Amino acid sequence: MDFVLLPEILSSTLRMSVPLILACLAGLWSERSGIVDIGLEGKMLVGAFVAACSASYFHSPWMGLFLAIVVCVLFALVHGYASINQRGNQVVSGVAINMLAAGLTVVIGNSWYKQGGRTPQLDQGSRFLPIDFPGHDALFEMNGIGPIAKIFLDHSILVYIALALVPLSAWALARTRFGLRLRAVGENPQAVDTAGISVARLRYQAVIIAGVLCGIAGAYLSTALQTSFVRDMSAGRGFLALTALIFANWRAWPALWACLLFGFLQAVANFMQGAHLFGVEIPVQVFNALPYIMTIVLLAGFIGKSVPPKASGTPYSKDR
Amino acid sequence: MSARSDLPRWVDIGLIPALNLIIAFVMAGLVVLVIGENPFRALSILLGEPLFSLQGWCNILYYATNFIFTGLCVAVAFHAGLFNIGGEGQAYIAGLGAATPGLFIGAALAAVLPNALSQPITLLICLVCSFLVGGLWGLFPGYLQAKRGSHIVITTIMLNFIAASLMQYMINRVYRPLGMQAVESRAVNDAYIWNLREIGRAFGAKLPSTPLTPVIFIALLAAFAVWYLLWRSKLGYEIRAVGANQDAAVYAGINPARIIMITMMISGGLAGLLAFHEVLGTQHRLVLEYVQGAGFVGIAVALMGRSHPVGIVLAALLFGLLSEGGTQLSFEIQTISKDLVVVIQGLVVLFMGALEQAFHPWLERYFRREG
Amino acid sequence: MSTAIPAIELIGIDKRFGAVHANINVSLAIAQGSIHGIIGENGAGKSTLMSILFGFYHADKGEIKLRGQPVKIRSSTDAISHGIGMVHQHFMLVEPFTVLENIILGAEGGSLIGPALDKARAALKRLADEYELDVDPNAIVGELPVGLQQRVEILKALYKGAEVLILDEPTGVLTPAEADHLFRILQQLRDQGKTVILITHKLREIMAITDRVSVMRRGELVADFETKKTNVGELAEAMVGRRVLLRVDKKPAKPGEVVLDVRGLTWRDKKNIARVDDASFTVRKGEIVGIAGVSGNGQSELLDVITGITRATSGQVLFKGEDVGAIDSAAELRKRGMAHVPEDRHHRGLITTFSAAESAILGYQRNPALGNGFRLNYEAVVNQTRKQMEEFDVRPVDPLLKSGKFSGGNQQKIILAREIGSNPDLLIVGQPTRGVDIGAIEFIHRRLIELRDQGKAILLVSVELDEIRSLSDRILVMFSGRIMGERPPSTDERDLGLLMAGVAQEAA
Repeated sequence: MDFVLLPEILSSTLRMSVPLILACLAGLWSERSGIVDIGLEGKMLVGAFVAACSASYFHSPWMGLFLAIVVCVLFALVHGYASINQRGNQVVSGVAINMLAAGLTVVIGNSWYKQGGRTPQLDQGSRFLPIDFPGHDALFEMNGIGPIAKIFLDHSILVYIALALVPLSAWALARTRFGLRLRAVGENPQAVDTAGISVARLRYQAVIIAGVLCGIAGAYLSTALQTSFVRDMSAGRGFLALTALIFANWRAWPALWACLLFGFLQAVANFMQGAHLFGVEIPVQVFNALPYIMTIVLLAGFIGKSVPPKASGTPYSKDR
Repeated sequence: MSARSDLPRWVDIGLIPALNLIIAFVMAGLVVLVIGENPFRALSILLGEPLFSLQGWCNILYYATNFIFTGLCVAVAFHAGLFNIGGEGQAYIAGLGAATPGLFIGAALAAVLPNALSQPITLLICLVCSFLVGGLWGLFPGYLQAKRGSHIVITTIMLNFIAASLMQYMINRVYRPLGMQAVESRAVNDAYIWNLREIGRAFGAKLPSTPLTPVIFIALLAAFAVWYLLWRSKLGYEIRAVGANQDAAVYAGINPARIIMITMMISGGLAGLLAFHEVLGTQHRLVLEYVQGAGFVGIAVALMGRSHPVGIVLAALLFGLLSEGGTQLSFEIQTISKDLVVVIQGLVVLFMGALEQAFHPWLERYFRREG
Repeated sequence: MSTAIPAIELIGIDKRFGAVHANINVSLAIAQGSIHGIIGENGAGKSTLMSILFGFYHADKGEIKLRGQPVKIRSSTDAISHGIGMVHQHFMLVEPFTVLENIILGAEGGSLIGPALDKARAALKRLADEYELDVDPNAIVGELPVGLQQRVEILKALYKGAEVLILDEPTGVLTPAEADHLFRILQQLRDQGKTVILITHKLREIMAITDRVSVMRRGELVADFETKKTNVGELAEAMVGRRVLLRVDKKPAKPGEVVLDVRGLTWRDKKNIARVDDASFTVRKGEIVGIAGVSGNGQSELLDVITGITRATSGQVLFKGEDVGAIDSAAELRKRGMAHVPEDRHHRGLITTFSAAESAILGYQRNPALGNGFRLNYEAVVNQTRKQMEEFDVRPVDPLLKSGKFSGGNQQKIILAREIGSNPDLLIVGQPTRGVDIGAIEFIHRRLIELRDQGKAILLVSVELDEIRSLSDRILVMFSGRIMGERPPSTDERDLGLLMAGVAQEAA
């Protein structure tokens, strides 16, 4: 293994983890309230598309972010309506959202830009760039500290927002009234109902939060990590985030570590085509598959247990 | 999967799917409008164009072959109360079962037997192996659900990705001959399924160029076999009982764990037949990503066809029409990508699967007034 | 008698659920600072009445007065704001939460829960001191034993300012020691001026701690006593009533050899409570043994063990002389000649989405007569079902109609036809006429007697005392998982009522 590449890999890890962290938090909020969200992938894709188009049109990454959030919330509300009001199958609804997202982004993108689904390249002004704080050049050049500083400080603002959202989410779930009620509704909605609290309202709020976070994740993909939208650019990240959520047992801080781990594996896969460990060549596909394999081992109960919120996936109806 | 209402049967099987389809088309039409094209022209090309040529019909049947397999896969699992999203991965990995006997045993058999015998025998072995490999990829999550309580939706999603990684490795490193640039295996000539044109040539007829093969008959046979299994066999009865009411099934002496595993094996196996079709009939070699989303279309087909083989065949034909129409549409109106069909598929899944009950209040009121 | 204004007055409460008249013009006054018991059999209407008080249902007629003021209780939130709290039979607790978190849920008083938790902790300490309601505030509710979980429910109600506490069958899930502690808590509450309403069917509890007791029977309030002025006998009689027997003409039984021999059967649930407690009895050929008792006293669990759905914790079940305790498969038991009409026909007895023909083979789908090997002979199934339907007067005689579309009585006949049709040696029947019309009841009863006359053994479980008395040759009464005693069908209702309510005694 080429250790010279390590700082690059670590820096890349953080960048690769950000969409996972955001999508994972989205899934966290949704599922802790009892709504299963398989549609993280689709929402992220839609967010990326809308952000890229808007950023290009308005020459502003912030407009891109804003509109991405708006549209993602709309998709999230569709899922919410199907799951909460119609008591439909939440998994199917999520699958539908993924299909819709995949189709709509390409159809609309292709017709507007005629590049087979791709959106125009964004210029520097329309993207989220690493934060330009005074003295950063000098810092990064320094011996020893420079590369380390680069790993942590050479990122766009969305990265820091994503990281900050982890403790924020953890705190909100544990220490606020909203968080308490949301956790309760994901475990025993009937208890919440008899306490006089609206189950539907809480779940809609959760679903909207998920939409916002997916919007940020998508915007990050096309305006920060990359420079445009390309078809299927979410590339399974939504599912990887869901996997991280399960691996983290639906808790915020473990979710961060899981996403960082999976991001690390993604970064390694990118950098190391033909890596060797103990003289044996490890195919890059092992790194790709590892998050899923680890989570299946966890799900099979061979190491520890993965316990979802009790009411997860079950539509609520007032049975008396 | 979900409770049926008190509406008359024909409404459930015919009217509601039709309504959902109409809404899907209307919404797709809106999308076409948004991108500045004429929705009526687009829809008429989409739904009509393929029907005007023999080639169009043949292509419809070709697509339908795959969709029947994946639709049956999802439907069989639905009947046991399971949501198998893993059809995509099960169909993909079954490619190993389709190609390997052809590549390694085929030559041996061809050396010993005349071609007229060795090809069918090899093909048969490939068919069985496709079913088995796909079946094992379905059995594994079935086992995890039955014996360890791991949710099948999650495990099948993961296995889709694992299958993708595994196949990428296998095709790239194991099956690709040295010196070949393209990421694919050797051509499987000892297990070769002729397409329509090639069959025509053998009889001196000039038939259109189409990937359609006789495997469509296997698909129809599979549909019949699934019908027979579910409604005319003891195992099928037990599968449906477990899916309808697990408590009653236990009361009836049925072992739900056993049924879940068997069902997932059959389900995965059916998806595996797609690999047989694509690898040996269309590509004639193992290539990357030949499933192309058919696993997910299978979900739409199963929902539309109400998980009944007859409905599935009809829905598969419909989606075959849409797939072919989508390609035609993207030729004729270049600003409309053929992914419009994916949008329609997504809308069908949304309305048939998650918003199923949305129209029931109105329909129930209407029918209560009538009867 | 004090002339103080009653804490609660229910005046002329009337409630129907479709054809069922659950509460018939019930008027009841409950004094403040007392423990008031409401006793009755299944279906007497006590739970409905209290649900109306707690805002789950709305009465069709009648009014409610709290401390003399008429109130409208439209929801449980209304009830809570009026100071009425309820401890349900099935707890409304969030298991992964701590005790404190459960208590403040819905009463957080602010966006951050920190202050609420502190407030609750202080309140909890106070309540613990006043009423002996000790619970570790930081304990995870899911890990607490049931008795402590119940305490959390009580604390929830008190924290939200309940002055009236309704408890619905609270001791069903408790050990005797936990039940005693509960009673002490209730007495403390009463002594501090709270009003407690106790819904139960257990006479001992009534006599032990209540000040007044009201008896409900078939939707009506039939008696209202000061507890120290009455006795178990009088209560039992009021609870069960003197009824005109639905006499089914039957010849005396001619019992033959023992078919079912249950010895010391005990079944413990996940929380290690004995739901079936050392039960022993026999059932012979040519007789009907009826198990009477209020539901929830272990009858369902007993049947589950005997029919192979669950396995006994200890004890033996001998069927035709062989120990079948180890047989987990209901199918295997059917093959040996044990048929079972389950208590809950919708959830177990048939599959409502299947056609009648398919439900009619539920449990018998592997019968070689219905097809060899893999195949299921559809025609044979339909024909067999049609014959059964004609024989048992199921209407309409349409084997292809969905099971869910038949009326309750016809569904039950389909199930009965199926189980009797297999020519079993032992037929186990649970609640055969629940939700069934009179005509079908008569038919079913006659068939059961016929079966018994043919020399079959029948084990009947029913909460309908009339049914038990008119069909059974011998009656066993179950209470709290135990067989309280065996009586002939001619036994006095009061005697049976006492046994059903947990008062052990020698045969009269």
